[in-house]
Amino acid sequence: MSMLNAIFIAPFTEFEFMRRALAGALALALGAGPIGVFLMLRRMSLVGDAMAHAILPGAAVGFLLSGLNLFAMTAGGLIAGFVVALLTGLVARTTELKEDAALATFYLLSLAVGVTIISLKGTNIDLLHVLFGNVLALDDQTLLLIAANATITLIVLAVIYRPLVIECVDPGFMRTVSSAGGPAHLAFLVLVVVNLVSGFHALGTLLAVGIMMLPAAIGRFWARDTTLMILIATASGAVASYAGLLVSFHFGVASGPAIILVAGELYLTSLLFGRVGGLVRQLFPGRHLEA
Amino acid sequence: MTAALQFRNLTLGYDRHPAVHHLDGAVESGALVAVVGPNGAGKSTLFKGIVGVLKPLAGRIERGDLNPQNIAYLPQAAEIDRTFPINVYDMVAMGLWRRTGSFGGIDRAARASIEKAIAAVGLTGFEDRGISTLSGGQMQRMLFARLLLQDARVIVLDEPFNAVDAKTSADLFDLVRRWHGERRTVLTAMHDLDFVRANFPETLLLAREPVAWGRTASVLTPENLLTARRMCEAFDQAAALCADEQAPVSPRGGEVARAGDPVRERGVATQD
Repeated sequence: MSMLNAIFIAPFTEFEFMRRALAGALALALGAGPIGVFLMLRRMSLVGDAMAHAILPGAAVGFLLSGLNLFAMTAGGLIAGFVVALLTGLVARTTELKEDAALATFYLLSLAVGVTIISLKGTNIDLLHVLFGNVLALDDQTLLLIAANATITLIVLAVIYRPLVIECVDPGFMRTVSSAGGPAHLAFLVLVVVNLVSGFHALGTLLAVGIMMLPAAIGRFWARDTTLMILIATASGAVASYAGLLVSFHFGVASGPAIILVAGELYLTSLLFGRVGGLVRQLFPGRHLEA
Repeated sequence: MTAALQFRNLTLGYDRHPAVHHLDGAVESGALVAVVGPNGAGKSTLFKGIVGVLKPLAGRIERGDLNPQNIAYLPQAAEIDRTFPINVYDMVAMGLWRRTGSFGGIDRAARASIEKAIAAVGLTGFEDRGISTLSGGQMQRMLFARLLLQDARVIVLDEPFNAVDAKTSADLFDLVRRWHGERRTVLTAMHDLDFVRANFPETLLLAREPVAWGRTASVLTPENLLTARRMCEAFDQAAALCADEQAPVSPRGGEVARAGDPVRERGVATQD
């Protein structure tokens, strides 16, 4: 009993930084789960990755202007992300350019602008923090930011849920009954940015996408309806956060990658044994039913 | 008899190229109109204009007191993501949007009407099936159930019976007849002329321009059909400006070009 306690509970009761990390990672998983599911269902799985690149220069400029300052880096990242998301949405909706192409152009521009600004200043800044984050060093402010972002995400998603789902399944129908589809989609893109900004404090820009997309992919292998998919994604994100922190604690590996690797392990298991389209089930489908 | 839709010198198209040209006329409230014409005649374009997805290049559509939600539309190639994890019930329930909007709940009465609509198209028992498992005909039945719930005053159906079997199209046409009986205005793009002759009182024969519009028997004459086929020539990239636009010059028309205008002179020269 005491051994189980030492393995699974004690790290969090004994060390405050572990409690903070757990709180931060759970809050992150709460918002990122549903966002990831919608990204996946909209076939925008790589959009998160591209948005992470778009945010990077904003955060870097914030860092350049005021050092390792939570507010400046967050604001910079948010601004860069929003600008790219809004321009992408507008171009995709008003021109022949599809969303992926529009996003590719703007995120690359954002990246180029960011790098140009940095090179003009001639400072060799340490972006390691932004690239890889540090979930074990979350201060009060950052923790509050992540929690607030998760709250905003869930509230806004609840508000736009119905138009967003209809816009995903049948955009043509949505256009004829309401003009809410466009705003819902833009609001969704904004939420993607908000969650990436949360994610880069804990996991870094590169891995922030992982806590969105891996749980979503896990959900797809277990659920046939959207609600259940979101619940499974969020739950597996939370499990990965907890287990990843434990792995990181006991084996002394970096915490961000540990969380993503645990999520990856869950994903591989789902890929093999998932109830909906898992590989084992495809190989051994069982006898077919009566017509 | 009031007009549900009034077209006034309506020109619709893409990229300045008209696909429907100078359409005038009115669709009476409660009419059941077949829109007939060869491929590329502008039937789908006209429908997109009616539902407001496509803005007119010129002229206008008067919709009277109809707001967009009073017009239900079944496009020919619905942009439905069939892999999306949603079931038949939820898909049909979308038809209640006008009543529920983004937040309105689905109460007991609404649930009853959803079940009634699903039963009316013969999909009872399919409520929990994911849309990815539906056949083409079942999909079309589901979309008709959604149209039923939309409870619209004008219903626009773009080739709704293509690629469905005889039984399905007969079942679905029963619903069209029912809408007609309920004094709703129905426009349907059709290819099966015999079916149109047997079932539609009014027909618009379209070949980018209206060829004939009126009682089906007087519209679907051999002469009119031949005219329609001839008029549907290809989409001309180098099309001249339409004379009706009071255009000062047409790129090909040397006769309008005045001497002393270098651009136009060059244009004329290359033609020679």
